[in-house]
Amino acid sequence: MSDQPLLMVEDLRVTYDTPTGIVRAVDGVSFELGREKLGIVGESGSGKSQTGRAILGLIDRRGRVDAKRLEFDGIDLTSAGEDTMRTIRGGRISMIMQDPKYSLNPVMTIGAQIEEAFTIHSDASAKEARKRTLEMLGAVRIRNPERVYKAYPHEVSGGMGQRVMIAMMMIPEPDIIIADEPTSALDVTVQLQVLAILDDMLTRRGTGLIFISHDLSLVASFCDRVLVMYAGRVVEACAANDLVNARHPYTRGLLDCLPRLEGGHGDLPVLKRDPTWATTGER
Amino acid sequence: MISVEDLNVVFGRGAKSFHAVRNVSFEVARGQSFGLVGESGSGKTTVLRALGGLVDRVADVDGTMTLEKEVLIGKRSRAFRRRVQMVFQDPYGSLHPRHTIDAILSEPARVHRLDRIKERVVTALEEVGLDASYRFRYPHQISGGQRQRVSVARALIIEPDIVLLDEPTSALDVSVQAEVLNLLMRLKHEHGLTYVLVSHNLAVVAHMCESLAVMKDGEVVETMSVEQLRSHQPEQPYTRQLLTASLGYDRAAIDLFEEY
Repeated sequence: MSDQPLLMVEDLRVTYDTPTGIVRAVDGVSFELGREKLGIVGESGSGKSQTGRAILGLIDRRGRVDAKRLEFDGIDLTSAGEDTMRTIRGGRISMIMQDPKYSLNPVMTIGAQIEEAFTIHSDASAKEARKRTLEMLGAVRIRNPERVYKAYPHEVSGGMGQRVMIAMMMIPEPDIIIADEPTSALDVTVQLQVLAILDDMLTRRGTGLIFISHDLSLVASFCDRVLVMYAGRVVEACAANDLVNARHPYTRGLLDCLPRLEGGHGDLPVLKRDPTWATTGER
Repeated sequence: MISVEDLNVVFGRGAKSFHAVRNVSFEVARGQSFGLVGESGSGKTTVLRALGGLVDRVADVDGTMTLEKEVLIGKRSRAFRRRVQMVFQDPYGSLHPRHTIDAILSEPARVHRLDRIKERVVTALEEVGLDASYRFRYPHQISGGQRQRVSVARALIIEPDIVLLDEPTSALDVSVQAEVLNLLMRLKHEHGLTYVLVSHNLAVVAHMCESLAVMKDGEVVETMSVEQLRSHQPEQPYTRQLLTASLGYDRAAIDLFEEY
C-alpha cells in the first residue's frame, strides 16, 4: 500500500542539558512511514515516546530537537513555524495518549471536545459538527452516541474513554496518527476491541500509524513493521511477523524474558545488557 | 493451609453499597502458589486485602477465612501479621519517600520486637540481590525494579510463612519483571513460602502458580490447575476468551468476543 512515504525521519536527535551532563533521549533515529502500522517498542527510557513527541514538536523548552531531515508531505517540520505546526497538529498528524483520564478535559462534555477537534481544523457549521461527532461516536462503536455526547469524561469507563479519544483524533481525518501506549491502561479484551476499531478506521482511510508500546507480543501481532529502540537508538528494524526471529541480542533478550503460558516454573532468562548496544546503531 | 469459604465483601451501606466479592471459596496448600486472575474491577485485589485483614474497617466482610486453625476475623493478631505479609503493586507508592531503605526495612523488625535489627536489614537486602550500600539511600534514588526488591525485603525481614502478592510486577519493564519473578521463585523455595498472587497477566500466573481462580464481577468463574490453563482447556467461555485475548491481536478472533 505504501507508495510515497508520508513521513521521513533522518538522524533525529533529542537532547537535554542537565546539571549532570547531556542526556541523549533520542540519539540518531531514522525511519520512513508509509500508509502502514509502524510499531516502536522498547523499555521505559528507551526514547520511544520522545521520538513520537519530537515529530509533532511537543518536546518542551528544556530539550533540543535536531534532525537531518524531518519531512511530512513536503513540509520540513524542523523549520516549520508555530503557525504551520498548529495546522498540522491534530489536523494532519494527531496523537492518541495513554490515559483518557488525564487526556480528556474533565469539565467539558465529550461531545463538545470532539466537536472542537473537528471545527478547529475546518469551517463546518455547528450543526454539521454535531452530526459528524455523533457519526464518529457510532463509528467507534459507542452504542448510545446521544448519551455519550452529553456525558462528561468521568461518567464513562476507561475503554469508552479511549474510544472517545480515537474518535477525537480521527475526526479531522489526519494522514498520520501517533498512538503512545493507547491501550496500556485497559483490560486485555477491551484493549483488543479498541485496537480493532482503530485498525478498521486506519484501513478504511489509508492513515499511517506510529504505535508506541512496551508490549512486544502486541506490537508483533498488531503492526506491519517494528522498530526496537534501546538507549535512544533503533537497534533493530524488521517486519512485525518476523519479530520472533529477531537477531539483535536486546530484542532476543526482551522476547526470551517473557513468562509463557506453556513454559514451566523454571527461572526466566534474564536480559544481560551490553554497553555497546547504546553506541552502535541498527545492525 | 489457607481456606476461604463463602467470602463476601460489601463496601458501603444501603442503596449505595457495592458488593465487591461474592461467595468466593478456595484453598491454598502449604508451599503452594495460588493465583487470582481477572480484569480490573473483578474483585481479585479485594479478596487479597480481605485475607490480609485490610478491609475490615471499611467494608462488611462475611464468610469464613482460616489460616490453619486460626479463624481470621476483624483486627488481626500480631502473630498473624508476623506470618502473613504483603507486597503491593506500585513500587513508587508503597515506600515512604522520606524514609531511607534502612528505616523502611527496620520498621517491621522493630514492630515485631526482633533483635539484631541491623544484621537483619543487611541480610534482607542481600537476599533480594542488593548490597549493604543501599541502606542509606532513599526510594527516589533507586530504580523501580530495585524498589520492588526493597518491598519484597520488607515483607520477608520478619520471616513470614505466607506472602500476599498484589500485581508485584505489573509496573515493571519485562526484563525487570523476569528478575523479580525469578527472585520470588528462589525465595519461595529457600524459605518454603506460600504465595497468593493477584495478577491480570495469565502468563505470569501460569509461570508462578500451581492453581488459580478466575474472577469476574466479584465471583469466581472457575478454579483450575495450571496444567488445565496451559493445555488451553478452561471450562468456562469467559476464561477461554481471556486466554485468546492474552495471545495477542487477531482481528478475526476479536469479532467473536462476547460481553460477559
